[in-house]
Amino acid sequence: MSDEKIVSPGFVGRRRTAAANLPPGQYLTNDFPVLSAGPTPRVQREEWKFALTPETGEARTWSWTEFRSLPSEPITTDIHCVTRWSKLDTKWEGVSVDTLLDGVQTTAEFAMAHSYGGYSANLPLADLRGGKAWIAFRYDGEDLAPEHGGPARLLVPHLYLWKSAKWVNGITLMLADKPGFWESLGYNNYGDPWREQRYWGE
Amino acid sequence: MSTPTFFDGNAAAGELRDVFATDTTNAAGQCVACGAIAPLAQGHVYAFEPGIIVRCAICEHPLVRLVKGAGHAWLDMRGLVYLRLEIP
Amino acid sequence: MARTTLLGRVAWYVAAVIERRDESETARTLVLKVPQWPGHNAGQHVDVRLTAADGYTAVRSYSIANATQGDLLELTVEQVPDGEVSPYLARTLSPGDPLEIRGPLGGWFVWHPVALEPVQLVAGGSGIVPLMAMIRTRAQAHSRAPFRLIYSVRSPGATMYAGELRRRALEDDGLAIAYVYTRATPPDWPRPTQRINATTIAESVFPAGQNPACFVCGPTAFVEAASGFLKEAGYNPTRIKTERFGPSGGTS
Repeated sequence: MSDEKIVSPGFVGRRRTAAANLPPGQYLTNDFPVLSAGPTPRVQREEWKFALTPETGEARTWSWTEFRSLPSEPITTDIHCVTRWSKLDTKWEGVSVDTLLDGVQTTAEFAMAHSYGGYSANLPLADLRGGKAWIAFRYDGEDLAPEHGGPARLLVPHLYLWKSAKWVNGITLMLADKPGFWESLGYNNYGDPWREQRYWGE
Repeated sequence: MSTPTFFDGNAAAGELRDVFATDTTNAAGQCVACGAIAPLAQGHVYAFEPGIIVRCAICEHPLVRLVKGAGHAWLDMRGLVYLRLEIP
Repeated sequence: MARTTLLGRVAWYVAAVIERRDESETARTLVLKVPQWPGHNAGQHVDVRLTAADGYTAVRSYSIANATQGDLLELTVEQVPDGEVSPYLARTLSPGDPLEIRGPLGGWFVWHPVALEPVQLVAGGSGIVPLMAMIRTRAQAHSRAPFRLIYSVRSPGATMYAGELRRRALEDDGLAIAYVYTRATPPDWPRPTQRINATTIAESVFPAGQNPACFVCGPTAFVEAASGFLKEAGYNPTRIKTERFGPSGGTS
């Protein structure tokens, strides 16, 4: 039985670099690994809906057509996955969450992103504002593929990528914080890659 | 870059064996969502790290979720009404 | 016979590679010596963990290929192009090197020789590995349980255990083997290349009325197709046990 650290002679593994400008514990990848905890939701654009629900409960909704007529912008950013893969200069197009929040009256400090497929991710509302978050619908020049969260996903690149909820269909504003799908199971409540906040209690 | 697929529950045997004193993939469990009873080995395991998720093969409801990291394992089994284990 | 359930956590064993041999054009069998190995049942698998010098680890599952035999373990590894682990196991790992394994794992996709009922095995590509453990275990236990194997494979060169399967088909009483070649057949093969289908299943398997235990193993798409054809042939879904490998042929 083994408790010692065994190194496999000659094993290198997937090409990876621990570069100086990466958050601690991350490796650079050229792939875009698909990590999924369930079947890929297949959502037709005709049926897609996004709802922004303040704590008062009166939701604003957008159909796909309405959503796509909102101003959008290109985003070039680094992304960091809790499984230690980082990808630099990824290119997206999306609608800033500031646009969706424009004119919404709220005293909420917390938010929950909801997804088709039953996933959710919680974040402080402040992390969704000020040009830090988008609802992204294009990646690398093409429509966002279902495997990567299409038709649209949340994109909050300053936090670990699990917070960028795939298949997003709404954001609910909350007066009190509540853990989402992964945060209720040992993932860190906030998830700052630069402080290596992967798990609960770190 | 491939479409995620699922494995049979037997693929979760190693990770689960790390937290249980016995093999659980042969254990029958009842799904809290649809009531189906089946061995965990027939569940659908989706490949993600750093944990595993076993879903009901009939309705895809998460049966077992296990996340390991930082010296802890978090286990969520609210998707199971029960798990019937063989104790030798 | 090994017990599938040890109380307490399953630990990582450090195995030593004793031998490597070619099992097909692209597959290699690793023979490992595992001190204090508790033995295993046919159909079980192990998790293999590789650690690079910088601490990076990769873990994959591999089915055990041999019948239980003291502290000896055999794994047959199909080389996946661009794979992260299989090329290392098949090409780099050498006799004398250590290999961390965890197991034996799995209590469901298992055949026990005390069972006397007929057994239908359906293998796609590297899915033959756990089913080979069952065939070998049957022989070791002198079991009379009737066994039929359908082995779907790309070509004669891709066939694992080719010589041994030919020998066993002749020598193991009650074992019958049918092959389906999907890309290239042996010379003078009476059939064209084809994928497994309702006809190949129906003409090779035990009649459903015999209610055999059924084990299907291989890549996901193969397993789904084969299971479907078995059900069409009248097999009770509750009698079909499946082990899906990833599209690459292992649990990725």
